[in-house]
Amino acid sequence: MSILSQVILSSLVKAGVNFAVSVPDTLFAEVLEKLEDVGIIHVPVTREEEGVGVAAGAYLGGKRPVILMQNSGLGNCMNALLSLNKTFGIPLLMLISQRGGRREKVVAQIPMGKATIPLLKAACIPFYVSESLQQLSEHVVEAANHAWRDEIPVAVIVRRELVEEDRGY
Amino acid sequence: MKRIEAIRCVVEELSDELVVCNIGYPSRELYSVGDRDENFYMLGSMGLASSIGLGLALSTRKRVVVFDGDGSLLMNLGSLVTIANRSPSNLTLIVLDNESYSTTGGQPSYTAGKTSLARIAKAAGIDNVLEARSPGELKRAFNESKGKTSVIIAKVEKGNADVPIIPLSPYKIKKRFMEAVKSGHAASTSN
Ligand SMILES: [Mg+2]
Repeated sequence: MSILSQVILSSLVKAGVNFAVSVPDTLFAEVLEKLEDVGIIHVPVTREEEGVGVAAGAYLGGKRPVILMQNSGLGNCMNALLSLNKTFGIPLLMLISQRGGRREKVVAQIPMGKATIPLLKAACIPFYVSESLQQLSEHVVEAANHAWRDEIPVAVIVRRELVEEDRGY
Repeated sequence: MKRIEAIRCVVEELSDELVVCNIGYPSRELYSVGDRDENFYMLGSMGLASSIGLGLALSTRKRVVVFDGDGSLLMNLGSLVTIANRSPSNLTLIVLDNESYSTTGGQPSYTAGKTSLARIAKAAGIDNVLEARSPGELKRAFNESKGKTSVIIAKVEKGNADVPIIPLSPYKIKKRFMEAVKSGHAASTSN
């Protein structure tokens, strides 16, 4: 397993996360496969907005949920994050894999890549951008505590560049 | 049957079930028929009632009952697929199908046309799909579906009952609902 995957799994456990919803992503592929192994209930969903709903229900039932998705999915769930999570005070940890960065080869990923952080800012959703794997593991725990303390959605942006750093970690 | 009658006949059967209710008039009708701490009234995020119900059903042993609408479910059909594949036995999804978007002025939905939500639910992989056209049928379907992942399509008349808006803050709705989940949970895990 890559060190990135190990860092994500161990920090989710450390953050007390015990329920995950996900939409597939290559960066998170190993993590998605191993979530159940570390004791996190994992519900793959068909679309990000659906996942926000499932995670909200899990929270109401006493769980600490995370959503794992690509930044392209942020646009698919913005209304739910605001009219469900923000309206009722329902926390959610969001792990967002960032496409559309410097090395992006798929042209369609670039506009959303550029819009991701402005969208989070416009929606007043706090976010953490990790520059290293060490920082990522701290950010996951911090963001989870932030979400639970303030009863809001909080995002951690997982940059693709961390995969390259992975080899030298 | 009117939608409020459908809601009432299910409410009459309830004990400690957790109820998630779709936005708009259905929530207002549920509130007026029988407000309880175990009711979660959605105020936004149209389409997500069934998803919230699924997440809840996977996190508690109590029975979870969702009142959804035809227009709302059409907005989130993928939810049926996820429900079918996870299939928590404590989840009952009741679709109050009035073949229209009645909260926003009665525009027809496609269930007034060629589409059958019952057939979609079956094709999604849900084994227990029931249809009800009267309070008697709905009560029977509701009681029969206990203990198995179920979708009940309740055909109801168009239109809304003349009921006031819900005088609770979103935060209050959430807080008391979560207290109800917790307080019941101890009892349900001990037996
Ligand atoms: Mg309708």
